[in-house]
Amino acid sequence: MSPLPTPEDFKAQIEAGVPGSVVTVIPNGSPSAQHSLLVDNDHARAVALFLRDHPDLRLDYCSLVTGVDWLDSETTEKVKVKKLVDGPDGSQQETEVEETRKTKRPGYLEAVYHLFSMDKKHGPVILRLRAANRTDQTNIPSLTPVWRSAEFQEREAFDLYGIVFDGHPDLRRILMWDGFVDFPMRKDYVPPADDPLAEVHP
Amino acid sequence: MADDLKELKIELSKNGIFTTTLEELYNWGRKNSVWPLTFGLACCAIEMIATTMARFDLARFGAEVFRPSPRQADLIIVSGTVTKKMAPQVVRLYNQMPEPKYVIAMGACAISGGPFRDGYNVLRGIDRYIPVDVHIPGCPPRPEALIHAFMTLQKKIDEQHLSGSDRPRHLHADQPSEFPVPEFGAHGLEPAQNMDVFLAENGNPLKVIQ
Repeated sequence: MSPLPTPEDFKAQIEAGVPGSVVTVIPNGSPSAQHSLLVDNDHARAVALFLRDHPDLRLDYCSLVTGVDWLDSETTEKVKVKKLVDGPDGSQQETEVEETRKTKRPGYLEAVYHLFSMDKKHGPVILRLRAANRTDQTNIPSLTPVWRSAEFQEREAFDLYGIVFDGHPDLRRILMWDGFVDFPMRKDYVPPADDPLAEVHP
Repeated sequence: MADDLKELKIELSKNGIFTTTLEELYNWGRKNSVWPLTFGLACCAIEMIATTMARFDLARFGAEVFRPSPRQADLIIVSGTVTKKMAPQVVRLYNQMPEPKYVIAMGACAISGGPFRDGYNVLRGIDRYIPVDVHIPGCPPRPEALIHAFMTLQKKIDEQHLSGSDRPRHLHADQPSEFPVPEFGAHGLEPAQNMDVFLAENGNPLKVIQ
């Protein structure tokens, strides 16, 4: 079993191997420490091919594809800011004031790929692809042309999360029927209220 | 049968004379030869299979012949989770069975959706579309529970009258023997339930009273 490079080495290796690509290391603070690599959509296919065909990496097996739905979120943090404040005697003084800053982050959809190497017997390497938002720009490039095993799982992510995989050879719903319009694994999905029993036994 | 007739029958049998009625004979034959459909949906089906094997031996009740075609079956044991995608096929199988036909809803899922009730993909009980004769709770029910359900069904068959206003559904010419097959809609099955089946009948506490 050959050791894998650290996430930072991975980033450097990929960005050197695929010119123009932008890789962001997303740390995982849990004990598993499975850090993941966020790849920009324009170079995702090239990065995937690089990881698959690199003689030392040979990540030839994509074991898992899944979707993640990130809702719009708002984080608040308290920041100390220096401000000019009118003093009691009329002169202006510089004092430290605590301010609450709210950061709004619009939601987006992500696809996560778990890669292993059958050849080198190492893994997993976790790739993330991120769509621009979760409403109208949900496209990300399909990696099915690189790993054939992603085909059905990308269809599943399309079916349940509504991620559109550009370049997928056969992007149809796989679990729900064709006439279904919702994406049931999204966090804001509300199943239809079809339960007359609910009034009797709430 | 009236009580005095029953007493007369007992009195006659004490003197070595066996009497019966056509209804009793007919129901005796039917209840001891209920052929279920070879049909399983989930883990409850494993328990159903166990019930038919040597240890529990459903053959003792005349139900060892699991028919591979709904055209030859008297009973459909809905054994397991009915997904929304599977529900039309279950209703269609029921529709294809000849009368008289019976339904056992086996396990929490077939009754109500069970632990998957709030899922987007699971039907909340098969009694939304077809009339269920016996509900068995359990997750999954033990083979003894299925045998109990079977004996309950036998009792129910035994008590059915061939004539009179309280005769069973299949002897009423105006009652349906087929029920509408739900269709895949944009957000779920359409309709979500067949109210003709789902409404209160025979004082069934599981049914909605409107």
